[in-house]
Amino acid sequence: MTQIFAYIPHKNGAAEDVALEYPEAAKKIDAGASVTAVVTGSGADLDKVAGDMAKIYSEVIKVDNAALAYPNAEVVRKALTAILPANAIVLVAHDTFGMDLAPGLSVKLDSAYAADAIDFEGVDGDALKLVRQELGGAVSTHVTTDISAGAVITIRPGAFAPVDGGSASGTITDKSGDAGDLAAKRTFIEVVEAEVGDVDITKSDVLVSIGRGIEDEDNIEIAQELADAMGAVVSCSRPIVDAKWLEKSRQVGTSGQTVKPKVYMAMGISGSFQHMGGVKGNPFIVAVNKNPKAPIFQVADVGIVEDILDFMPELQEAIEDL
Amino acid sequence: MEILVCVKRVPDTAENEFELNSDGNDLDRDDLVYSVNEWDNYAVEEAIQIVDKVGGSVTVVTVGDDEAEEVLRREMAMGANNGVLLADDAFEGSDGKGIATILKAEIEKGSYDLILTGAQADEGAGQVGGMLAAMLDYPYASLVNKIEVDGDAKIKVGREIEGGNQEMNEIELPCVLSIQTGINEPRYVGIRGIRKVAKVEIPEKDAGALGIDASAVGEAGAKTKRVDYFVPDMGDGAEMLEGSTDEIIEQLIEKLKAKGGL
Ligand SMILES: Cc1cc2nc3c(=O)[nH]c(=O)nc-3n(C[C@H](O)[C@H](O)[C@H](O)COP(=O)(O)OP(=O)(O)OC[C@H]3O[C@@H](n4cnc5c(N)ncnc54)[C@H](O)[C@@H]3O)c2cc1C
Ligand SMILES: Cc1cc2nc3c(=O)[nH]c(=O)nc-3n(C[C@H](O)[C@H](O)[C@H](O)COP(=O)(O)OP(=O)(O)OC[C@H]3O[C@@H](n4cnc5c(N)ncnc54)[C@H](O)[C@@H]3O)c2cc1C
Repeated sequence: MTQIFAYIPHKNGAAEDVALEYPEAAKKIDAGASVTAVVTGSGADLDKVAGDMAKIYSEVIKVDNAALAYPNAEVVRKALTAILPANAIVLVAHDTFGMDLAPGLSVKLDSAYAADAIDFEGVDGDALKLVRQELGGAVSTHVTTDISAGAVITIRPGAFAPVDGGSASGTITDKSGDAGDLAAKRTFIEVVEAEVGDVDITKSDVLVSIGRGIEDEDNIEIAQELADAMGAVVSCSRPIVDAKWLEKSRQVGTSGQTVKPKVYMAMGISGSFQHMGGVKGNPFIVAVNKNPKAPIFQVADVGIVEDILDFMPELQEAIEDL
Repeated sequence: MEILVCVKRVPDTAENEFELNSDGNDLDRDDLVYSVNEWDNYAVEEAIQIVDKVGGSVTVVTVGDDEAEEVLRREMAMGANNGVLLADDAFEGSDGKGIATILKAEIEKGSYDLILTGAQADEGAGQVGGMLAAMLDYPYASLVNKIEVDGDAKIKVGREIEGGNQEMNEIELPCVLSIQTGINEPRYVGIRGIRKVAKVEIPEKDAGALGIDASAVGEAGAKTKRVDYFVPDMGDGAEMLEGSTDEIIEQLIEKLKAKGGL
C-alpha cells in the first residue's frame, strides 16, 4: 500500500488551508493510500495543530523541538529526513515555505521530485502521472515521476478540493526523540511586516488592476482615470511593483494583498496563479488582454481581446457619458 | 567575494503566444523568441552590486546548447566577468536534479563564496537552487529579496514570504540563494554593451571535462519526465465579448451595472 506523508504548514496554532487539500491530492495519487499528517513545531501551538489534524487524518506524526518553533526549512528538512521512512511519498505545499524546503528534501531523501502539481492521474507501475503548468500558466503538461524510491511532490495551494473539517479520532505519534541533530547553518532572525501604503486596496469594492500590459509608468494615469470614473481603486500585479511604478501595498497576489472586491478588472494581466491567489471572494472578473490565449481568460467571467491602452480611455469616456 | 550565478535560456513569455505543434505534444518552437529567465537578471544584477561593494568577481554559468551562449553574453554585457557554458548531448532530457548535478560539478571545480539562482524559471518549478545547495551541503535560502554582506563568514538575507512580509535570516558562507524579482532594478543592456563582449571567449565544458557520470544526468538519470504539452479543458472559461469596441463597451457597462461595478 502506498504510504503518503503530508507536511502540515501552520502559523499561530492554526494549520494552513492546504492541510484540508492534501487528502484529495493523496486520493488522486492512489485511492487506497494511507495518509499521515506530519506536523513539526514546538509547545502548545504544535499540540493544537496536531490535535486538529487528528480530526482529519487517521495518523498524525508530531515532532516537538524548540529549534522548530519557527519553520526554518533547513531544520525542518533535517527532522523530516530523520523521521521519514526511505521510499516515502511526501506532499508539501508549493508556497514560500515549501519552495524553501522541498527541493533539498528530495535530495536528502534521495527520491524523485516534482513541483507544483495541480492534478494527479494515478500510478502506472512506478510512474505517477501528474499535471502541472509552465510559462506562467500559458501551457499545461503531463509529467511522470518514478516513485519507486520515494518522491517529494509539491502541490499548488487551492488546486485540490478541501475535505470537511472532520471528526475522525486519529492517533498522534510523537517522534520528537528521533529528530536527531537539528543544528543549522541558517538562523532565523525576525519577520519584518510589509509596509502599509497610501491606499488600502482591500477596502475597495471595485479594483482596476494593471499588469505588465500597461507597458510604461506614464500609462498608469490612464488606469487611474478609468478608476476615478468608476469610483474604483488602482491595484496591480507584481512586475509593476518590481519596477517601482506603484507601491508594494497595491500588489495583489500571494506575495502581496488578498483582496475580496465585487468587481475585479484585470487589465493586461496574464493570470498567473500567484496573482490570482490574491483574488478571493469570487468577484466578477473582467479581463482585457490583447492575447486571446492569455490564461486569465480561463478564470475570468468576461473576456475582452483589446489593447488596454486604447480600451481603457474609451471605457472611461463611455462611463462618464452615462 | 567570488560569486557564481546560474542562468537559464527560456522562451520569453512577453514576446510569444504559445501554440502546440501539429502533433499536439510539444510547443511549436519554430518562431519562439528566447531570452534570459527574468529572475536570473535580478540575480546577476545583485551579484554585480555586491562585487562593486566588496570586490571579487561574477561568473555566469548555464547548462544548455550552443544557442544558450547568447544568454551568457547578455549577462556579461551587464557586467559579469566570466561565462561558462556546460553542454553535452548526454545532458539532453535532464530533470531538475540532472541540471543541479551538472552545476554542482562545475561549482566544485571553482571556489565560490556565493551561488545565486533565480527563484524560478519557465517551468515554474523553483527546484534547481535548493537541490544544488543540498547536494553541496551548503545552506540555502529561497525567494531572497535582500542581501546584506557584512562579513566573510556570514551574510544577512531577507526572504519574501506570504503577504509580502520579509523573513530575515543569517546564513553561513558558502551558501546558495535563489533570488526573487524586485530585489533590485536590473541595469539596461544596450546593443553597444552586447557588442563589447561579442568576441570574448566563453569556455565550454562537456560531461568528460566536468567528470560527470553520464548515467546520472540526462534522460538516463531523470526520474521526472515531461510526457507532453496539452491544452486543458477550459471548462466554461470567460464569456468573450465580441463586436466593435463600442459594442463591447456597451455590453460591458450593462454587466458592470448588474454586478455592482458602476
Ligand atoms: C514566489 C512568487 C510569488 C509571486 N507573487 C506574486 C504576487 O503576489 N502577485 C503577482 O501579480 N505576481 C506574483 N508573482 C509573479 C507571477 O509569477 C507572474 O510573474 C506575474 O503575476 C506576472 O504579472 P503580469 O500578469 O502583469 O505580467 P505578464 O505575465 O508578463 O502578463 C502581461 C499580460 O499583458 C498582456 N498585454 C501586454 N500588453 C498589452 C496591451 N497593450 N493590452 C492588453 N494586454 C496586454 C500580455 O498578453 C500578457 O498576458 C510571484 C512569483 C513568485 C515566484
Ligand atoms: C539541455 C537541456 C535539455 C533538457 N531536456 C529536457 C527534456 O528532454 N525533458 C524535460 O522534461 N525537460 C528537459 N529540460 C528541462 C529541465 O528539466 C529543466 O531545465 C530543469 O528542470 C530546470 O528548469 P526549471 O525551469 O525547473 O528551473 P527552476 O528550478 O525553476 O529554475 C530556478 C533557477 O535554476 C537555475 N537553472 C535552471 N535551469 C538551469 C540551467 N539549464 N542552467 C543553469 N541554471 C539553471 C536558474 O538560476 C533558474 O533561475 C532540459 C533542459 C536543458 C538545459
